[in-house]
Amino acid sequence: MDIHEYQAKKILSDFGIGIPRGGIAYSPENAEYKAKEIGGSRWVVKAQVHSGARGKAGGIIICNDALEVARAADKLLGKKLVTNQTGPSGKIINRVYIEEASDIERELYLGLVFDRGSECIMVVASTEGGMSVEEISNKKPETIIRSKIEAAVGIQEFQAREIAFNLGIETGLISRTAEVIEGCYRAFSELDATMVEVNPLVITKDKHVLALDCKMSFDNNALFRRNDVSELRDKSQENPSEVYASDRGLNYVGLDGNIGNIINGAGLAMASMDMIKSAGGEPANFLDIGGGATPEKIVKAFKLVSSDEKVKVILVNIFAGINRCDWVAEGIVQALQTIKIDMPLVIRLAGTNVEKGNKILKESNINYIEAHSLKEAASKAVEALKKIEVK
Amino acid sequence: MSILIDEHTKIIVQGFTGKIGSFHAQEMIDYGSNVVGGVTPGKGGTTHLGLPVFNTVKDAVKETDAEASILFVPPSYAADSAMEAADAGIKVCVAITDGIPSHDMIKVKRYMRRYAKSEKMTMIGPNCAGIISPGKSMLGIMPGHIYKKGNVGIVGRSGTLGYEAASQMKELDIGVSTSVGIGGDPINGSSFRDVLARFEEDPDTDIILMIGEIGGPQEVDAGKFAKENMKKPVVAYIAGLTAPKGRVMGHAGAIVSAYGESAVEKVELLKESGVTISKNPSVIGDTIKSVLKG
Repeated sequence: MDIHEYQAKKILSDFGIGIPRGGIAYSPENAEYKAKEIGGSRWVVKAQVHSGARGKAGGIIICNDALEVARAADKLLGKKLVTNQTGPSGKIINRVYIEEASDIERELYLGLVFDRGSECIMVVASTEGGMSVEEISNKKPETIIRSKIEAAVGIQEFQAREIAFNLGIETGLISRTAEVIEGCYRAFSELDATMVEVNPLVITKDKHVLALDCKMSFDNNALFRRNDVSELRDKSQENPSEVYASDRGLNYVGLDGNIGNIINGAGLAMASMDMIKSAGGEPANFLDIGGGATPEKIVKAFKLVSSDEKVKVILVNIFAGINRCDWVAEGIVQALQTIKIDMPLVIRLAGTNVEKGNKILKESNINYIEAHSLKEAASKAVEALKKIEVK
Repeated sequence: MSILIDEHTKIIVQGFTGKIGSFHAQEMIDYGSNVVGGVTPGKGGTTHLGLPVFNTVKDAVKETDAEASILFVPPSYAADSAMEAADAGIKVCVAITDGIPSHDMIKVKRYMRRYAKSEKMTMIGPNCAGIISPGKSMLGIMPGHIYKKGNVGIVGRSGTLGYEAASQMKELDIGVSTSVGIGGDPINGSSFRDVLARFEEDPDTDIILMIGEIGGPQEVDAGKFAKENMKKPVVAYIAGLTAPKGRVMGHAGAIVSAYGESAVEKVELLKESGVTISKNPSVIGDTIKSVLKG
């Protein structure tokens, strides 16, 4: 789960990390008022969307008086910001963050992630703040500092100090910088985060260490014990189909193709998508309805996939293990009585009781194309699509 | 032989009396697995499915000499149950549970470091289908009948894709020595490499099928290990050629976040290690057949 910059900064501040003075605003008037409240003579108005690279996309505006702040807020609020991370449809800006502008002396990068190789928490830092971590590893890989943290004992002061020294921080600011690194680690570990990224972490001309921008992601599997994190979820930033799916226990990711998929199991779902591609088609989605493939889930899956306007053909591929194909087939028939599907439907069942399952489908009056293997399912789906395109 | 489990392996079920635990315990018993009891705290002393129930894993091990366990414990308690099994002297623990927080799994792995190598538990999973040594024992939730006994070792992340592969193999009359599901989570008990090392030592396994997917470094590491340390051929299929970068594809661990983690990159790196690639999921069986013929 991702959160907004202003929410992440609030968390950092709770863990003792310095952030510029700022406040959230929902309207131009509100923004102007906030700017006056914050004080100073220069402000930054920042679109709050779940994406990086907001600056290049015009989502961050520097202002020199409070009226300009109001105008900047008016320009951003209610619009969709399209960045290189949001996809072409962009993400809606429902609030802006107004922050006092900082006089920056140095920009650093600081990130914490799980390192899957060593199964430790890894602190990644660089002197080249402001660029994305991918950009840094491409252009200035020699500046990257990595430090593995043993989760059982947590970060040690010497480790944080070492990172600070390696960043070339001046002596007087070493302990303050180390505190920032330790604070980020505590936030990561105490809130079940999967990523904490402060970019840039800045040293200001008046020698403050401040988190100028921050991104955080959290482990969905740990939300059961993190109410304070769950509360920060903003569904307006997520794809509506994906929200619909996740609220119903389905795993869905929207893609650009036109062959819709209903599959049980994540690996089989990815494999089916690959097979569609290999047969000359493009998958419209990833959808894992789970090992169970209950009739209720099948109904929800049909609703979800058929509501995508791009979808021209639906491919169902269920490998019934413990649950049986006859039972899955009954679920499909029931689902198609509840919901009308006006497009070619290819169904491939496999596993336990597959003959019984196919018999149930055949004897029902549903209109579908039967397939017996993964390959046949994919090629029949692509064929069906071609027929439509010819018409 | 086979790896990890055989017909003699004494098994206990953690989370035995719950709905899911009961169902799969019965399936395992029906398959012929040597299930000797189960653990549900607070229900010790009772009988379930005709087998004794214990309050703690230690009690169960003491009374039954169990060496393996399978976890059907909800995600919030699963890490604790795994550590309990490790401490009680269980040698192989399969965690079926999906949804264990990553921070908890890191804790489990750190906790297990306290044991000497000879005393250390092998954890398989979480978020996996378990282990089956066809014709001998099933310590998992797979449909046992789709696996034919034979000489191919399977190791994979996904449940249903593993079933797909096993059934393609069965149709070609190719059998399996042991199939191990290591699960779809980013932090798991055993890696591809750990399982490959066991198959290399197993006299009944002649060739290994590795079913990987996008995300994480484990498939590529396993390829390097195979190149440097293995004589047996390895065939691999990597799922997710069409998966976009930066998105979680169902499995918590199926996300491309660094170089070498996409399917295309993994396939290239595995080829460099001499691994034979099944170019798409419909020819997994055929690819193994051609390698077997040599």
